[in-house]
Amino acid sequence: MEPIPAPLVDLTSLAPVLVLSVFTMMVLLVDLFVGRNKSVLVFISLTGLLMAAISAFAKGAEIPVYSFNGAYVVDRLSIFFTMIFCLSSALAILLSVEYNKREGIRVGEYYSLILFCTVGMIVLASSTDLIMIFIGIEIVSICLYVLAGIRRGDLRSNEASLKYFLLGAFATGFLLYGMTLLYGTTGSVKLLTIAERLNSGEVFTNPLMLMGVVLLVIGFGFKVASVPFHMWAPDVYQGAPTPVTAFMAVGPKAAAFAAFFRVFAEGIPELAPSWETTLSIVAVLSMFIGNLGAIMQTNIKRLLAFSSVSHVGYILIAVIAKNTLGSASLLFYMLSYAFMIFGIFGIVILLGREGNENLELENYSGLGFKHPMLAFCMTLFMLSLGGLPPLAGFVAKFYIFQAALKEGFLWLVIIAVLNSAISFYYYLKVIVFMYMKEPIGEFKISLTPITLFVVAIGVLGTLELGIFPGPVIFLAQY
Amino acid sequence: MFLTFVTFLPLIGAALLAFVPDEKTETIKQAALGIAVADFLLSLVFYQEFDMHSHKMQFEFMVPWIEAWGINYHVGLDGISLLLYILTTFLTAVSILASWEVKKHTKYYMISMLALSTGMLGVFIALDFFMFYVFWEFQLVPMYIIIGVWGGPRRLYAAVKFFIYTAVGSLLMLVGIIWMYLELHQQTGTYSTDILFMTDNLKMALEVQIWLFLAFFLAFAIKVPMFPFHTWLPDAHVEAPTAGSIILAGVLLKMGTYGFLRFNLPLFPAASYSLFPYVCWLAVIGIVYGALVAMVQEDLKKLVAYSSVSHLGFVMLGIFAFNHQGLSGALLQNINHGISTSALFLMVGMIYDRRHTRLIKEFGGLSKIIPVFAIYFMIVTLSSIGLPGMNGFIGEFLVLIGMFQTDVVFAMIGTSGVIFAACYMLWMFQRVMFLEVTNPENEKLEDMNLREKILMVPMVILIFWIGLYPAPFTKTFDASIEHLVSHVNKHSGIKHEEEGGAHHAAVKGKATVAQLLTTGTSETTVLVKE
Repeated sequence: MEPIPAPLVDLTSLAPVLVLSVFTMMVLLVDLFVGRNKSVLVFISLTGLLMAAISAFAKGAEIPVYSFNGAYVVDRLSIFFTMIFCLSSALAILLSVEYNKREGIRVGEYYSLILFCTVGMIVLASSTDLIMIFIGIEIVSICLYVLAGIRRGDLRSNEASLKYFLLGAFATGFLLYGMTLLYGTTGSVKLLTIAERLNSGEVFTNPLMLMGVVLLVIGFGFKVASVPFHMWAPDVYQGAPTPVTAFMAVGPKAAAFAAFFRVFAEGIPELAPSWETTLSIVAVLSMFIGNLGAIMQTNIKRLLAFSSVSHVGYILIAVIAKNTLGSASLLFYMLSYAFMIFGIFGIVILLGREGNENLELENYSGLGFKHPMLAFCMTLFMLSLGGLPPLAGFVAKFYIFQAALKEGFLWLVIIAVLNSAISFYYYLKVIVFMYMKEPIGEFKISLTPITLFVVAIGVLGTLELGIFPGPVIFLAQY
Repeated sequence: MFLTFVTFLPLIGAALLAFVPDEKTETIKQAALGIAVADFLLSLVFYQEFDMHSHKMQFEFMVPWIEAWGINYHVGLDGISLLLYILTTFLTAVSILASWEVKKHTKYYMISMLALSTGMLGVFIALDFFMFYVFWEFQLVPMYIIIGVWGGPRRLYAAVKFFIYTAVGSLLMLVGIIWMYLELHQQTGTYSTDILFMTDNLKMALEVQIWLFLAFFLAFAIKVPMFPFHTWLPDAHVEAPTAGSIILAGVLLKMGTYGFLRFNLPLFPAASYSLFPYVCWLAVIGIVYGALVAMVQEDLKKLVAYSSVSHLGFVMLGIFAFNHQGLSGALLQNINHGISTSALFLMVGMIYDRRHTRLIKEFGGLSKIIPVFAIYFMIVTLSSIGLPGMNGFIGEFLVLIGMFQTDVVFAMIGTSGVIFAACYMLWMFQRVMFLEVTNPENEKLEDMNLREKILMVPMVILIFWIGLYPAPFTKTFDASIEHLVSHVNKHSGIKHEEEGGAHHAAVKGKATVAQLLTTGTSETTVLVKE
């Protein structure tokens, strides 16, 4: 047991967290005075996210910087992830503005919950300490439980929230137990120390430690919705308000992956022989079950839920590769995924109207020639998710495959590309509905400007990362 | 730079068309045709400026694209791609003119056509693997849309089948590409996806070459399509609108054979040699099988589709003859098939527009009712069979000469395909054009109109031009083929002394491979390329 020294307090490392927390509380306070018009809250939230994103660079070029006794780090991974979180939260807030008005969601806490969640995500992505990671995960999860059920009058939303809460709480238990075992066997909660001790042969692999690793896989598996811990995803995705679904699909998942990567690739790479196979199986199953499950779906949100399970499979390959290329590809993948997902959900929101969200694939019939621009954007996103060049999804997959092949995981990459081929089937199905079927009813689409703006950002991001990925790759890799 | 402009011109045109209101169909059609024709005329400049004596890439243009990964935007034309490039612009113009009667969503149809054109042109000029892959996949989308929206009754099935089949093949190729990319870095310390650089610098053991060859083979064999990967083709052809079939047969299938010439042979010469019997078996099976199945088809389009399987078998045979005659035959046959089969699809389309059926038994005695059509159809049919004096003959003749020098058995089986072709084509012609008019509906058919004649005249001119005086065509690729043959021979791991020893080389090649396979690993580690 090491003595517990007083931690070095380094507030500049914490700058984004602090800034965002201040703004979150401001949102909570201002909400008391503004009445029914919440647009000022949106403005404060967006400013907060912007400030947080800027303050992420407070450390300047001297990264990586460890602070708080090695529990917290500012490095390439955490800064890039902070950018992704701020972007995705901002997009989620923008998506909510018109949606909430339409669906009658009039609670000010909504925005502060998203911001608090973002705080948790930043903590999660910057922690190099098991306890900090746990705190981050809890902040994120608790906000999400509430957000999923924010439509109090809607049974589906309630169901989503409750399901997510029960399963999530269960998973947290597993995670905590795994962390305990890891701490018990290595004698430290700091990832760096754990890695050092494992590396130097100070501690030896023993069954308890391996059990801890397995429990960590289960815990993280729940958080990122990988098979066989994905059961909650379709129901929660379907039941949660659409902007929250989009938010959940990107931000918290990216954060969980950041911690996943840190724990496995930076903390316990020495134990790789024991978790590599487990994670590979999880990845392969996620890809297959996600893709095959998506084929059956007729509801666009459920389809996207299964598709996201399959994407988790691809991203896990980056964790398994556990090299610099792996972390860079993880960053790139999450960023491009953010653009695609928010774009898609923007279109999903546009297609709905008061009292009827039009979430069945049938509702997309004939969209292609009635609203060509909208359908074109949707086509772009679908093809990008499938991994068709020259779109973001392709470059992201190329990146991950590169990382995996470099470590010699040829079979994993082959399974992944075959899965890409399977996934085209259902992504094309959406396109089939839009272009090749006759419309089943009138489209009453009101092209609300803010949601359209989000879609436009999605399109621009998808194209930019697909056609000129150079600068972003540079940021992610070097 | 000019090459880039000509390649992207259709896409720019498509983007501009998107801003024209949907109702102005005439303007849209004229604009699309104008862009396509302009693009064709511009592409002729490359023929004019092309240095026929050089095997080197010409009109090269290179700018960094993704610097972090060493990926460049690198384009250029050589003898192997030049004619295919011009064929593509030509057939794009033809297919747009052939789609004049498309009533449904005309604007989107034309946009898809033009986008498709850029995708195909890009495949032929790409000199960087990453770029090649981008274009290779990109062109799937507009073709998928064309089949899926404007196709026949089973269009959804055909479109998805087409897409998934091609995607499966090309994704494995992608794994191969990334593998080679990393391997190249291991060997030379440079990250590069440049095709030329890789061809010159990547050294691989035979065993590795075979695996990579297979990964690329799957992608290209599906596209060609070779037996037994051909099953998507009849579906796609039957359901596609006329112009879709023209592009499919005329250009898309050529991308497969082009892939063999550009990648499989130069990159994996030793594997090409060692796997050559298997590829040739598939090719001759394709020739005979395609012909036999074509013979029993009741649908005209299906018949032509299966004849494509057979004809492309010849092209594959020519490529894997590994000698000058075979390869020039293969390249010429590429062009010939692009012209003849496109013309056939065009004419089947014309008759379908009139009768809304393609079943052979619905017709009969048409030559009495529509004589002009019958004459054109005769010419095209004969050209497809390979009658001397027409284009098909030269190509098949060269391929068979080439193959006879390499392996007599394959050449003999392949030759039977020529006879079968005469059987099914002439029998079809007889049932459609001659005999008595049995179906009263056929009696009031109209003969070809001016637009249709304008479409057919250049086809017929090309058919006779290549048939009687092929030199202007063959001379474009002579130098490139010469270089390719010597490159393959030099790097296949087989030493041979004199020029013109392709026969010996190939025979020795087989012997060496047999030895390699029997003696096991000690020999397989022999590095090729220097």
